[in-house]
Amino acid sequence: MPAPIRLRELIRTIRTARTQAEEREMIQKECAAIRSSFREEDNTYRCRNVAKLLYMHMLGYPAHFGQLECLKLIASQKFTDKRIGYLGAMLLLDERQDVHLLMTNCIKNDLNHSTQYVQGLALCTLGCMGSSEMCRDLAGEVEKLLKTSNSYLRKKAALCAVHVIRKVPELMEMFLPATKNLLNEKNHGVLHTSVVLLTEMCERSPDMLAHFRKNEKLVPQLVRILKNLIMSGYSPEHDVSGISDPFLQVRILRLLRILGRNDDDSSEAMNDILAQVATNTETSKNVGNAILYETVLTIMDIKSESGLRVLAINILGRFLLNNDKNIRYVALTSLLKTVQTDHNAVQRHRSTIVDCLKDLDVSIKRRAMELSFALVNGNNVRGMMKELLYFLDSCEPEFKADCASGIFLAAEKYAPSKRWHIDTIMRVLTTAGSYVRDDAVPNLIQLITNSVEMHAYTVQRLYKAILGDYSQQPLVQVASWCIGEYGDLLVSGQCEEEEPIQVTEDEVLDILESILISNMSASVTRGYALTAIMKLSTRFTCTVNRIKKVVSIYGSSIDVELQQRAVEYNALFKKYDHMRPALLERMPVMEKVTTNGPTEIVQTNGETEPAVLETKPPPSGLQPGSQANDLLDLLGGSDITPVIPTVPTSKPASAGGELLDLLGDLNLTGSPVPAPAPQISQPPFLLDGLPSQPLFNDIAAGIPSITAYNKNGLKIDFTFERSNTNPSVTVITIQASNSTELDMTDFVFQAAVPKTFQLQLLSPSSSVIPAFNSGTITQVIKVLNPQKQQLRMRIKLTYNHKGSAMQDLAEVNNFPPQSWQ
Amino acid sequence: GRRFLISEIHFILLFSRQGKLRLQKWYTTLPDKEKKKIVREIVQIILARHQKTSSFVDWKDLKLVYKRYASLYFCCAIEDQDNELLTLEVVHRYVELLDRYFGNVCELDIIFNFEKAYFILDEFIIGGEVQDTSKRSAVKAIEDSDMLQETVEEYMNKPAF
Repeated sequence: MPAPIRLRELIRTIRTARTQAEEREMIQKECAAIRSSFREEDNTYRCRNVAKLLYMHMLGYPAHFGQLECLKLIASQKFTDKRIGYLGAMLLLDERQDVHLLMTNCIKNDLNHSTQYVQGLALCTLGCMGSSEMCRDLAGEVEKLLKTSNSYLRKKAALCAVHVIRKVPELMEMFLPATKNLLNEKNHGVLHTSVVLLTEMCERSPDMLAHFRKNEKLVPQLVRILKNLIMSGYSPEHDVSGISDPFLQVRILRLLRILGRNDDDSSEAMNDILAQVATNTETSKNVGNAILYETVLTIMDIKSESGLRVLAINILGRFLLNNDKNIRYVALTSLLKTVQTDHNAVQRHRSTIVDCLKDLDVSIKRRAMELSFALVNGNNVRGMMKELLYFLDSCEPEFKADCASGIFLAAEKYAPSKRWHIDTIMRVLTTAGSYVRDDAVPNLIQLITNSVEMHAYTVQRLYKAILGDYSQQPLVQVASWCIGEYGDLLVSGQCEEEEPIQVTEDEVLDILESILISNMSASVTRGYALTAIMKLSTRFTCTVNRIKKVVSIYGSSIDVELQQRAVEYNALFKKYDHMRPALLERMPVMEKVTTNGPTEIVQTNGETEPAVLETKPPPSGLQPGSQANDLLDLLGGSDITPVIPTVPTSKPASAGGELLDLLGDLNLTGSPVPAPAPQISQPPFLLDGLPSQPLFNDIAAGIPSITAYNKNGLKIDFTFERSNTNPSVTVITIQASNSTELDMTDFVFQAAVPKTFQLQLLSPSSSVIPAFNSGTITQVIKVLNPQKQQLRMRIKLTYNHKGSAMQDLAEVNNFPPQSWQ
Repeated sequence: GRRFLISEIHFILLFSRQGKLRLQKWYTTLPDKEKKKIVREIVQIILARHQKTSSFVDWKDLKLVYKRYASLYFCCAIEDQDNELLTLEVVHRYVELLDRYFGNVCELDIIFNFEKAYFILDEFIIGGEVQDTSKRSAVKAIEDSDMLQETVEEYMNKPAF
């Protein structure tokens, strides 16, 4: 039986393959030979065969049949075998494999081997990929080796301990004693890995952090080591471009950051060394800048004096001017982190940041864009917008949506004039019209409506914009709406801001009809167009018949939305023609409540109530629909009406419709809701006609509070308010507190009441109840109880606590009579 | 959950300009299929990068730090808030170690001696963290280990178990 071919020979052979098929054939042949060799339990060539198998594995071929062979190699006495065996284990025997744990005993033996290189192999393997069970079994061995005087082993043991802690955090305590003298070592490897270990412990456990700060006085030790590194002479072994052990310097700086965070004393103790590193580090090469970068990050994160902070920002400013893209990249990343807290300092570098918008690198561009938006203010808005609009023009598609949104936001906050504002909106719609987010459309419509003196100008510009091209949906929607509203201004040529265009009623209807017919138009867009056409029936004089015709055609459209509208508009022409002018009247100015983010304006019979939308919904986005289902499950009994609570996530603009559907045919008092349908959500259902404030001014005083729920450390109190003028409504404010020692997160409160009641839940203050009663979540519930029946409530609580998901149901029956009688 | 301020290299890939994998070291557990998918994706992203761009690519919730040395790309995936500039130094140090061991290292050395490339890497990094910052000691450990390997005669004569 000829000896199996050597590894290098196999590699050479495989590389001669000219096609994938040829390679596969060679591999299959060799695998077959290896398999039969394994079957024969050949000890001599196992190592060679496994090595070949590992090579083929790297090429992408399956190698699982070699797993047990790796185990045998590890168990072998021969060093050559162990070396390949452990390599194979790291490549083929991760914790997902059944046979992974079979390694444990071998590793345990090798951790105690007489040869340090064997011990090293075992430590390395355990530290790279040991499973939780393996870590548990072998933690004791690692702890022993952490105390050895052999620095070769000590440094590996330290990183092994780090891995153990990552896999089994409860074991952290056992390594504490061994850390006592770690920083007294001279060996850089041990120092470096010790700092890594200490970092891991401090980051994971506030107790450890406190311990190391106070009892071990870690900060002075680290400062001393860092100082020695900087001051010491040339050490060829650890030198990188004239800097002594930059790896260790950076890790120390990082540990200092953790120690100095939120701690005045520690921050003060490291102030000098940070200033020293910041001013003395050589910046000509990447390595020096790596240290400076870490220093800046540390300075910004601890409680540093203002002088030091300014120093840090200036370093970043210099980074921005560096030719090296990598340096510019990290500068932008860091500036983005500090722009909120050190706004003025960052403003100084604004023009350099804006220049970075033109960089070729996508990551740099993105950061520059985000920073630019953060820096826009009332003083620089014109200049900045110019740059950002230019950027919007030329940037990659992946940026356009965010950039458009950012421009709208900034324009809304800082527009120097209405004309400028409209122009900016126009520019965005025409440049990046198809990337504009859907929720921007109602916002823009509201803005335009409120800029009364600009109506003629706006509609003219919009009309011109879509004449050539009506494929960009958001643009077309806004344009259609405006033409519907202000078409009369368009045809009468009333524009003051610029040369009025000559356009006939028929031409206007032509374009709207083209939008209706076009395949490029989304269903929503068609709706806008049809409604616009309808509105023009009261604004145009010569083309009413044409409009009637169009509307009647769409009465049989297969698009249900369009059909419904057309049928209703048809009815307007026929039976309700006397109401038509009033219904299609110009939209009134909508009152706006300014907030910091994009707002969705809800029209309530002349009153407005803002519902703030977050641009980025948090990951735990609960949809109202699914909550209703949960409550239905919860309630079972037929006498209870489920209610959809509002949750602290963003809802799509039409969410109001769902609430309206649920609570049925509540008569909306006052004038009919305007027929033209911009995507503005319907009014809140319950308290129409009542002052839209969460609490009443004329409260019936003295209703006693109750504790509605108190279990497992979670306590929920209810306090009550009622209005003397409208006693059917009871406003309940719930306060949830947490007496345990761990926070409760993702807290959701749901409630259901008997059928004769109606319930509205407003958004809670947050979703986290901090531990030790250090804070509460508050939430307002409004209950409508027209029949003055006895108040009962079933509540459902869900939250995360101590790593598990908790859920509880309870009945609240102890409502005081004053809350409902 | 909380993001820890910890340096943690998630994986290291070495590949040629034609996209052929020369070394893969994973410090997280993933199914083989997933690893293959990731490698394909990342190789594609990096080979498509313009020369005048930075060495950093945002990828999922990680950052890729890469550098080309002759015909080989070295790519490290690090945590998003890690020090990218230092990672470049880590990559460079690994190349220096290879160079010291092989003497004027080239891609062929890595191809034909891939197991040595792994040994050197494992002497430099454990569990995604640097274990030694000395230029010499990692290579010395490998050379000493090489000496420990049995000669052919020794190997044949020594009992396995």
